[in-house]
Amino acid sequence: MSQKYYIFIGVLVLAVLSILFAYPSYYDKGVDYLNQKFSWTLPHFWQKDYTLGLDLQGGVNLVYQADLSNVQNKAEAMSGLRDVIERRVNTFGVSEPVVAVQGDNQLVVELPGVKDVASAIQMIGETPYLEFLEERTQEDSQKIIDKIQEVQKVQDEGKDITKVDDWLMALQNPYYKPTELTGEYLNKATVVFDQTTYKPEIQLQFNSDGAKIFEEVTGRNVGKTIAIFLDSYSIIDTNGDDKIDVSDLYAPRVDAKITGGKAVITGNMSTQTANDIARRLNSGALPVKIGSPISQETVGPTLGTVSLQKSLWAGIYGLLGVIIFMVLFYRLPGLLASVALIIYVAINLALFKLIPVTLTMSSIGGFILSIGMAVDANILIFARMKEEIKQGHGLAAATDEGFKRAWPSIRDSNLNSLIVCAILFIFSTSFIKGFAFTLALGILVSMFSAIFITRIFLMVFVGPKLEKFKNWLL
Amino acid sequence: MNIQFTKYSKIYYIVSAVLIVASIVSLFAYGLKFGIEFTGGAVIDLTFTNQRPSNDQIKNQLSEFNLSDLTVKPVGNQGATLQLSGVDEATHQKILSKLNELSPVQENSFQYIGPSVGQELRNKTEIAILLALVAITIYIAFAFRKVSRPVSSWKYGITSLIALIHDILIPLGLFSVLGKFYNVEITIPIIAALLTVLGFSVHDTIVIFDRIRENILRRGMGNFQETVDWSLNQTIGRSLSTVFSTLIVLFAIFFFGGDTLKYFALTLIVGITSGAYSSIFIASPLLVSWKSYDEKKMQKGQKPKK
Repeated sequence: MSQKYYIFIGVLVLAVLSILFAYPSYYDKGVDYLNQKFSWTLPHFWQKDYTLGLDLQGGVNLVYQADLSNVQNKAEAMSGLRDVIERRVNTFGVSEPVVAVQGDNQLVVELPGVKDVASAIQMIGETPYLEFLEERTQEDSQKIIDKIQEVQKVQDEGKDITKVDDWLMALQNPYYKPTELTGEYLNKATVVFDQTTYKPEIQLQFNSDGAKIFEEVTGRNVGKTIAIFLDSYSIIDTNGDDKIDVSDLYAPRVDAKITGGKAVITGNMSTQTANDIARRLNSGALPVKIGSPISQETVGPTLGTVSLQKSLWAGIYGLLGVIIFMVLFYRLPGLLASVALIIYVAINLALFKLIPVTLTMSSIGGFILSIGMAVDANILIFARMKEEIKQGHGLAAATDEGFKRAWPSIRDSNLNSLIVCAILFIFSTSFIKGFAFTLALGILVSMFSAIFITRIFLMVFVGPKLEKFKNWLL
Repeated sequence: MNIQFTKYSKIYYIVSAVLIVASIVSLFAYGLKFGIEFTGGAVIDLTFTNQRPSNDQIKNQLSEFNLSDLTVKPVGNQGATLQLSGVDEATHQKILSKLNELSPVQENSFQYIGPSVGQELRNKTEIAILLALVAITIYIAFAFRKVSRPVSSWKYGITSLIALIHDILIPLGLFSVLGKFYNVEITIPIIAALLTVLGFSVHDTIVIFDRIRENILRRGMGNFQETVDWSLNQTIGRSLSTVFSTLIVLFAIFFFGGDTLKYFALTLIVGITSGAYSSIFIASPLLVSWKSYDEKKMQKGQKPKK
C-alpha cells in the first residue's frame, strides 16, 4: 500500500474524531444503547460544551471606565480593581462571569444569565471597602450566635424576620467587630522577602492618622488576632475551596503594640498568596472609582436562543447550497471538495470547542462566510485542472499541475483575507473581533482542507478507470 | 468560447457612472444614519404580550421621564424598539415597570452606549479605514512592483483603486437610501462588512490583472485589447464561481440568519457583487481605454511616421 493511502486513512480518522467531538450526542446515544443491550461499559465521547457569547445565551455586558487620575501605577490599580470586582461578581452565582481589563482604563464585566441587572450594577459600582476587625469577647460572641439561631428559626417557620427584636444583630460577624481602622488610613501594602528565610512578607504602611489608630488597636489586642475584610468578606480564600465566603477568615496575630505606622505580616504563605493579599489591600487603600457603566448591553434569554437557532439554520442552508453548487458545476471533483468542506466544518467546530472560541452572532457570521470562501481554493485548482485537460494532459498529470499552478493565487488570496482580518482585529469591539477571528481561523483551516484533504481524495479516487470519463468529470 | 468583454466598455461605464452619481447624490442629500454605537444613546427592544399599544400611548406613558428625543419604532405585530438618549439602569428599570402598567411587556434586549464610547469607536473606525487603505495601497504596489509594458505599473494601481472606490460608494449609497426610507442605521457589523469588501474587491481585480500580465509575457504584446479579453475569458469561470459560492452563504445569512446579521449580509452581498462586476467590467476595460486614449494623444502630438 502506498503512502497516499496511509495519509488518506489519517485524514478519515481526523474527520471522524472532529465530527464526534463537535457533535457527540448520536455517538453517546449509540453507546448507551449498546451498553444497555450487552451490558458493556463503553465510555461516552469526550464532552465539552461550546462557549456561547452573551448575545446567544442571554445576559448583560457592562463596560466601566475607571477614574485613574489619582493613581500612580495604573496597570496595577486596574488589576486590583479587576480582582475586587471579580470577588463581588462571584457572589452573584452566575455561571462563568467574565471580568477583564480593556485598554488602559476600562473594565468589561459579562454576566451570563443574570436576573437582577439593576442590583448587579449597584454592587459592582460600589467603592471597595477594606476594614480591620478585632476579636469580640466570648460573651458578645455568644449573644450574636444566639440571635442568629433565633432569627434562623423564625425564617425557617416562614415568618418575617424583621419582627424579631434586634434582628440586625444577626447580620453581624459573631467573632469579630469593626475597629476605627479602615482602608482610608492605609497608604500601601508591598510584598517583601525576609532576608534570612526568603519567605514572602507583607509590609503595611499607614498614614499619620492611621499610625495612631493602628497603635491603639494593636495596643489593646496584643496576643489576639486582627481580621482583614474586603467588602465584608475575608480578604483571601483561606480554606482552599476557591471561593470566598463566611467560612474564610484571614486574621494575623498581633505580637506587640506597633508604633510608627509600619507593620509586617509574616507567616507561612506562598508568594502568590502574599501578592493577592497585598494587591487587595492596595485596592482597598486607594479605591478606584468606576461609577456607572459607560455602556451596557442586555440580551434576554429568549432572544439569545432564537438568534442561535437562526444562525445555525443559516449555516446549514449555506453549506447545503454550496455543496449543491459544487456538485452541479464540478461533478466528481466537486463532490470530493464537498466532502472536504464537510470535514472543514467539523474541524472548525472541533477547534471552536477546543480553543475555546466564544461563539457570538458575529463569529458564527464569520464562520458561515468562511464556508462560502473555503471552496475558492478548490475552484481555482479545478479551473486550472480543466485547462490542463483541455491541453491534452492525463487526469493524474492534470491534478498535479492544477494544484501546482493554482497555489500562488490561493496563497495570495488567503494572505489578502488574513490582512483584512488583522485590520478588523484592531477594533476592540467584540462584534468585529469575533467576526475577524473566526474568519481568520476558517481561512487557515480551509487552506488545509482545500489543498491537503481534497488533494488526497483526488489522488486516491482518480485512477486509470476514470481516465476515459475525464472530459465529463470536470 | 471567447467573449469580447471590452467591446461594450461604454455601456459598463454608463451603468457604473449612473450608480455612482446616484450614490453620491444620495449621500449628500440624505447622509448616513449612524447607529447608537457611534452616536451614544440607548435602545430598548420590547415584545408586548398582548396587542401593542400605539406609539403615542407609549410616549404618553413615559412622559414623566422627559425623554425629549424618544422614538418608538414598531416591530412585527407585538414588538417595539424604543430609542432614547442615555439613561441609567435605575431609570431603565422604571421605564420598564411603567410600560408594564400600560400593557404586559417583555424586554428582549437593552443597549446603552455612553458618549465617550461612541467617540472612541468613531476614532477606531477612522484608524481602521486609514490602515485598510494604506495596507491595500502597499499590497497593490507590491503586486505590481515589476514594471510591465505596454501599460506602466502605476496605471494598474490607479485602476484597481478606482474599482475599489466604486465598490465602497455603491453600498454606502444604498445605505443612505435605506437609512432615509427604512431607518436602517450604519452599525458596527456594517463597518466590518465594508472593510471586508475593501479587501475582496482589490483582490478580485488583482487576480485578473495578474492573468493579463502573465499573458503579455507569454504571448508577447500583440493587441492589448485582445489580450485583456482573453485574460477575462480565462478568469471569468473562477471569478463567477467564487462570487457565487460566497453569495450562496450570504443569502442564507440574509434570509435565515436573524436581524443582527441581516444588513451585515446585505452589505457583503452588494459589495461583493459590485466588486466582481467592477473588476471584470470596469477595471479591465479602463486599462484598455486608458491605453487607447494615450495612443490617440500620442498620434495627435506627433506626426504619424510612415
